[in-house]
This record gives sequence, C-alpha cells and structure tokens, in this order.
Amino acid sequence: MAIFSVVVLTMPLWLQPFGAAYPDILQKFVIFGVFAIGYNILFGLTGYLSFGHAAFLGVGSYTAVWSFKLLSMNIVPAIILSMIMSGIFAIAMGYVALRRSGIYFSILTLAFAQMCYNLAYSVLTPITNGETGLQLAKSDPRVIDRLFSEAGEGLPSTTLFGIETSGYSGFYISAVIMIIVFYISLRIFNSSFGLKLKAIKANQNRMRYLGFNTKPYLLTAFVISGMYAGLAGGLLAATDPLAGAERMQWTASGEVILMTILGGVGTLFGPLLGVIIIKYFENIFSAVNQLDLHSFYAIFPTWLENALVAISSLFVGEGWHMTLGLLFMLVVAFLPGGVLEGLQLIYKKFTAYLANRNKNTSTQAETKQETGANHGE
Amino acid sequence: MGSKAVLKVTNVLKTFGGLKALNNLNLTVEEGTVHAIIGPNGAGKSTMLNVCIGQLTPDTGSVVFDGNNITGLEPHEISQRGISRVFQTPQIFEELDILQNVMIPALAHLDGQFTFNAIKDLNHRDDIKRAAMQVIEEMNLTDQLHDRAGAMSRGNKRRLELAMCLVQKPKLLLLDEPTAGMARADTNQTIEILKKIKASGMTKVIIEHDMNVVFSLADRVSVLAQGTIIAEGTPQEIRESEIVKEAYLGGAKI
Repeated sequence: MAIFSVVVLTMPLWLQPFGAAYPDILQKFVIFGVFAIGYNILFGLTGYLSFGHAAFLGVGSYTAVWSFKLLSMNIVPAIILSMIMSGIFAIAMGYVALRRSGIYFSILTLAFAQMCYNLAYSVLTPITNGETGLQLAKSDPRVIDRLFSEAGEGLPSTTLFGIETSGYSGFYISAVIMIIVFYISLRIFNSSFGLKLKAIKANQNRMRYLGFNTKPYLLTAFVISGMYAGLAGGLLAATDPLAGAERMQWTASGEVILMTILGGVGTLFGPLLGVIIIKYFENIFSAVNQLDLHSFYAIFPTWLENALVAISSLFVGEGWHMTLGLLFMLVVAFLPGGVLEGLQLIYKKFTAYLANRNKNTSTQAETKQETGANHGE
Repeated sequence: MGSKAVLKVTNVLKTFGGLKALNNLNLTVEEGTVHAIIGPNGAGKSTMLNVCIGQLTPDTGSVVFDGNNITGLEPHEISQRGISRVFQTPQIFEELDILQNVMIPALAHLDGQFTFNAIKDLNHRDDIKRAAMQVIEEMNLTDQLHDRAGAMSRGNKRRLELAMCLVQKPKLLLLDEPTAGMARADTNQTIEILKKIKASGMTKVIIEHDMNVVFSLADRVSVLAQGTIIAEGTPQEIRESEIVKEAYLGGAKI
C-alpha cells in the first residue's frame, strides 16, 4: 500500500519520459482510476456487467457543478453531494436492474443510462443546460462562500480550502482521494463481504440454497460502485467545473468496461493499468502526427522512412482507435486475465530464466573445476 | 426413533405443460430417520426435492417443515429454517478454494440476511473457521485446503458439497443421488461417511439408484412412480413387495 501510494504520487516524475507528465492527463489517470476501481467492485467481484455507469459519472458531475453554483467553490461539499446523489441514483437503478441477471441486467442498465442521457438533453434542460453543458456564472448565488466574502471580480475557481484544484495541485488532491478509495476497495476485496460477492459470481443459486438473500449483497455492491463513479464525476467537475451530457453516453460506460477488461477484471491493479493505457493512447497516441513519425524514423533511408511512416500513420493520430482495438483483441484472445496477467507471466518467465541461468552457470563452474583438476592446470 | 414428522408433503401437484411431474404426492419423513426415495427415471424424485427447497412452487398442495408451512417461500428462507440439499451435479463455488467454499455456508446463519455483520472481517471469526475445518477433516479434504474447488475430481466435489451442507448443521438433509457416477471405492467411502452422519441423528432424505446404498442406509423406503408414491415401508418390505418389482425393477431379481 505504501509502495502503491509512492508510485501514484510520483507519477509526474516517472511518466516524464513517456511525455505524459502534464497535469491534465495525470488528473485523468487518477480520476478515471477511481471510476475503474469502483466499476471493478461490481463487475470484478459479482460478474454483473453494467452498461450504465456513465450515468453515475454524469450525475456526479452535474451535482458537483450545481454545488459550485449554489453553495460554495470548495470541492468538499461538491464531492460529498455528488457521491450522495449518485448513490441515490444507483439505489433506484440497481433496485430495478438487479431483478435480472446476465444480458438482461446489462440491457436494463444501458436503457437507464441512455434515458438519463436523453433526458439531460431534452426535458431536464433547466437542470443540465442541454447541449451547452452546465457552466459556472458570475451571478451564481454560492450561499456558503457569500457568508465569508464578497463576490470577487471574474469567475472564481474551484478550491480545497484555498488550494486551487486545477493543475498539479488538482492531480495531487485527486491522487490522494484515489489512494484512499483504492485502500477501501482493497479492504472490500479481502473482507467476508467481498468473498460472498465472489461466491455470488461463482454460483448464485448455491448461495440462495445456502440461505443467503443475495439481492441486498448485489445492491450494496452496485451502490458502492455507483458512488465511486459519482466521486469520479465530482472530481472531473472539481478539476474543470463544467458538466456536459456526453459524459453520460453509453460510449463512456463502454470505455470503463474496456479499461477494466484490458487491465484485468477482478484484480486490484488491473483496472488502473487499463485506465493508464487507454488514457495514454487517447491523449498521446492521438497527438502523434506525420512530422513526429518522420523524425522518429529519420535514421532509415528515405524510401524506407516513407514506407514506415505510411504504415505507422495508420496506427497513430486519428488512427489511435485502431491500435487500441488491436491491443484489446490481442489481450482478450491471448490474455483473458488482462495486461496484468501478461506482466505476471513475463515476471514468472523472467525469474525462472534467472534461476535457470544461475543453476547453469554454477554447474558449468563445477564441470570446469573437474576438467581443470583432470588436466592438472 | 421419534415419531414426530419433520417433513410433511401433502397432496402436491406440479405440472410442466401437460406433464404431471408430481401427481398428488404425499410423503411424511419422521425425525431422525433416513428416508430413501427410489423410482425409475422421470418419476419426479428430483422435482420433489426442488419443491421442498423452494426452487419450484407447487401448483396445489403444501409442504410443512418442522410444523411450519414453507410452501412458496424463497429458497434462502427455507435454507435458513434448516433444510440443506446436495445436488445431483455438485453445486459448489468452483473459483474459490475449499476452505472458502465451506466458510461461506458456515456464515449463512449469521448474515444470510444482509446486515452489518456481512461487512465485518471473516478472519476474526475463529469459531467459524474451526467449525469449517472440522467438517473438512471429516470429509478427508484437509490436504487440499487451498486448492481451487473447480479443479477437484467429481468424487471430491461431492464430498465438498456435503461438507458445505453439513457445516450448516441442518435439521433435514436432502441428498440427490450422492453416489451417481462414482467409482466403487468412492461409493464405499461415501456410504461410510453417510453412516457416520446417520449416527448423529440428522434426518435425511436420500434419492438413490444404487440398491446397496439404499439397503445399507435407509430406515424407510418410498417408491415413487409417475409422480405418486406407490409403496412405502422398511427396506425389507420393499425388497419383497411385488408392486415395486413390477413398477421399478421390471420383475428382475434384486
């Protein structure tokens, strides 16, 4: 856990060589990390595949922005409220959707999320501000802030008791929150509650015949993961106080599923790995252009350089989706346990190889000694 | 042997489409007995167990357990009242290890209904771990404690499932063909284990095709054919009954 915290907090340092050490992407890594950790509590432990978690992300964002508008620019009430609101939404959605399992559950959650998305665009425009997205305005009441100070010039920015929550400080605040929620999920995974969720995944009927009422267990897991998503939504709004309905679209739910599966379903670190891979691709690979490629292949003769650039350009820039798709296919086909399983395999092979080599060198040394003795050297 | 009825199935009718799987079934199981149910394939034996554990709701009729009507209750409610079942194909948690498989049912009476108990850490419950370990030992599974349950042999899976039921200390244990598809040695081992449990005085209903098992364990035998009980008696009486030979054994000698 300590190592994990250090690794997360030093991300700005070790991501430098990958060109991913600027605050915007770092924030995305940790915030979507929260989202994926929460998603993994539901999907990884119970096996229920929800297609609607983006709705909670959106609800969290809207709630946070409203909190900035009405109450205070401090992110604490915003985040707490966004978790509560998404929790309420999760109870409603889970109560209905958990009546079914398997594909029907997925479809119900998808329908619910799409309903939220469409409502946000149409009927609920007074709350969501439709296509423009919900934004801060100078005329917002901000009741709590007004108690302490007069409205200043221009738009205020989001703070945590005076610390601005954009840029690097935003990353560190989000990172600390992610470490805390990661610790909570670790506890859930190792608790008897987590064990029972795994048992429900393995054989739900058996659980019933053993005397377990499985519904409340599933609903609790669903609400916890919904609140994680709400927290992530709140954090997104905290680092950039703007909420749009596109955050609720099903593609956003699909993205978190991709992240979880790519990294490794049901593992603790897998989803985080998935987040980093996908967000890295989205932000870095998509930005690579022809010029970058030419300079990358500059050491080759011109004709080869041009050919390589032509091939590679399919996979970068606009084509980053293709790279990601190929990677995803490879992972699902060959590593059902995700990238994390791949890393573990490599580690095992590597240690086995080292052990082998040590043995070989020692036996070689022995035979050398023997032959040496025979020849009387 | 007590004369109190633990399980009383009265006039149960269950139809699937036009098929009467259970046709006015009446069955009384007395406390402390081992009650075997035999009958040809498709006679409704497994359907009867499904009705008893709440997997199926009967069309008409009632199931009374321990003096309470349990007809139409949810499976988990029935289980909480003290009925456990061993299935024909082992129903275990394949992804979990053996200790976990037995720990979970041991926890059912504490937090089957979702409470804050459910979130508490299980490593602190030494008494539950001890109970689980004891049953695992009885089933001779101790040396595989941390093996994945799904990777075990079929015989071991059955014993594991039996352990999962026994750790709950049920008042009534339902066994659906506990020796089906087992090698001779495994069958004998299972009989030994069942005899040991029999000595503890737990009431059992056992569905079985293997007449050796039936006649070495059962106190009473009911013969089920086409959804009704056609004969009932001690193993000796059933062995000699002409109706049974006709319906079930096709006149062949046992």
